[in-house]
Amino acid sequence: MDIFAQQLINGLVLGSIYALVALGYTMVYGILGLINFAHGDITMIGALVALTIVQALAAAGMPAPVVLIIAGGGAMMVCAALGLSIERVAYRPLRRAPRLAPLITAIGVSILLQYSAALIWGKQYIAMPKLLEPAAIDIAGAQLTTLQLAIFLLACAIMAALLWFIKASRMGRAMRATEQNPDVAGLMGVNTNTVIAFTFVLGSAIGAIAGLMIILYYGIGHYFMGFMLGLKAFTAAVLGGIGNVGGAVLGGLLLGVIESLASGYIGDLSGGVLGSNYRDIFAFLVLVLVLVLRPSGLLGQHSGDRA
Amino acid sequence: MLEVTQLEVAYGGIRAVKGIDLRVGAGEVVALIGANGAGKTTTLKALAGLLRPKGGRVTYKGADVTGKPAYHLVRHGLALVPEGRGMFQRLTVAENLAMGAYIRNDAAVVAADTERVCALFPRLAERRRQLAGTLSGGEQQMLAIARAMMARPQMLLLDEPSMGLAPLMVQKIFETVRMIAAEGVTMLLVEQNAKLALETSSRGYVMESGCIVLADDAKTLLSNPQVRHAYLGE
Repeated sequence: MDIFAQQLINGLVLGSIYALVALGYTMVYGILGLINFAHGDITMIGALVALTIVQALAAAGMPAPVVLIIAGGGAMMVCAALGLSIERVAYRPLRRAPRLAPLITAIGVSILLQYSAALIWGKQYIAMPKLLEPAAIDIAGAQLTTLQLAIFLLACAIMAALLWFIKASRMGRAMRATEQNPDVAGLMGVNTNTVIAFTFVLGSAIGAIAGLMIILYYGIGHYFMGFMLGLKAFTAAVLGGIGNVGGAVLGGLLLGVIESLASGYIGDLSGGVLGSNYRDIFAFLVLVLVLVLRPSGLLGQHSGDRA
Repeated sequence: MLEVTQLEVAYGGIRAVKGIDLRVGAGEVVALIGANGAGKTTTLKALAGLLRPKGGRVTYKGADVTGKPAYHLVRHGLALVPEGRGMFQRLTVAENLAMGAYIRNDAAVVAADTERVCALFPRLAERRRQLAGTLSGGEQQMLAIARAMMARPQMLLLDEPSMGLAPLMVQKIFETVRMIAAEGVTMLLVEQNAKLALETSSRGYVMESGCIVLADDAKTLLSNPQVRHAYLGE
């Protein structure tokens, strides 16, 4: 088996999930200049809601595709409602407050979501019922499962649709206008509060899909799973240039590949001292390097004025 | 059309507009002139819904609109061309125009209007696919006016359309302003170039440190020795 090809495939699949979560960070940052640290935990809620639906429906003997569609739809609705309420209750009152206030609030919301999830689902790991029997396809000496392929293709389809939506639709144009000049967007007749709320709903719903993908991929859910996922997706957004939607896609894929390749080779490189369980180091190594060498990220143009 | 009574606007504790009265009739072009920092821009921002007045009353088309947000007012035909042009720098010229027509859903008429403003400003037509931030100051001012017209406003608030422009471009912008006025659009024109503003208007108000100190016909103001001395440099 070819390690390089295998880790590349794994990295792209994982990276496509990071990219979906990173989009939520970058869209909110673009429009509000706020790093919504609760976004990883919104994804976690999406994952656990989907997991609960799958458990209930799979026990009832429903066919897998139907179960997945209902689980995905349910998770999206819950997360959209959650994103909407968080913006309304936690961030909107602080719209004109100093930048640090909403940031601390975001961390507070993150903790609130984690421990609410711990109350609802408990603190133990929750296993995902075996729903799919993915087949494996051989490519260049590596294995690609049909589940991996499905996750990657769906993620790409969602990202393409989102990029098109922001580029070409009336709402997408209003989002970009609000991002660049909220007062003038208001003068054009844009209700910027609606646009901001919509951004949260959109990012959260996409996060819910990412959550469903994660539990399908790893087969396990946990109330704290959003923390590391959120940090990595945030890293991906920074790597691509935070605020830049295309950058989030690029950063996510790149981070997934870097992390997979590094964890595939870390054993050989360190002479067996470090194992692949040290993989998380690489995401944060990337974050530190980007912040030091190119704080505006790969595709970001302007930085410095926003912390 | 627009009736302002005892309007007060403050930033934090500082009162920038200290209870002014102002009236603009339907189809009228009225100038609001005064020195830098007199409160002209603050007044316009409050009228357009970008700032919440601290006191007083604004009536537009017979309805009390005091404190209504900008997106509400533009839907009722009251548009502001802001000071400094307010470009969406990283949107193209065409996208900026499309934002101007954001409140409209008659796509066919909007397309016709886009053609019309492009005929009016051939420079914008040439640069349709360019980012607005790459335009010159004069082109941006044209785009700002064209964009506001895309909403088909009944009343236009214009803030310093001549600011930072070369004399030739100022002439061109004011030609356009007169043309729009001739189409029956009501206007409140804020300008530092008092001569040009008064020549374009039928009436004028003179503002000084937050208060209106003079209100008269534009012609009378133009020959008023006080105005000539303070604002026309004579």
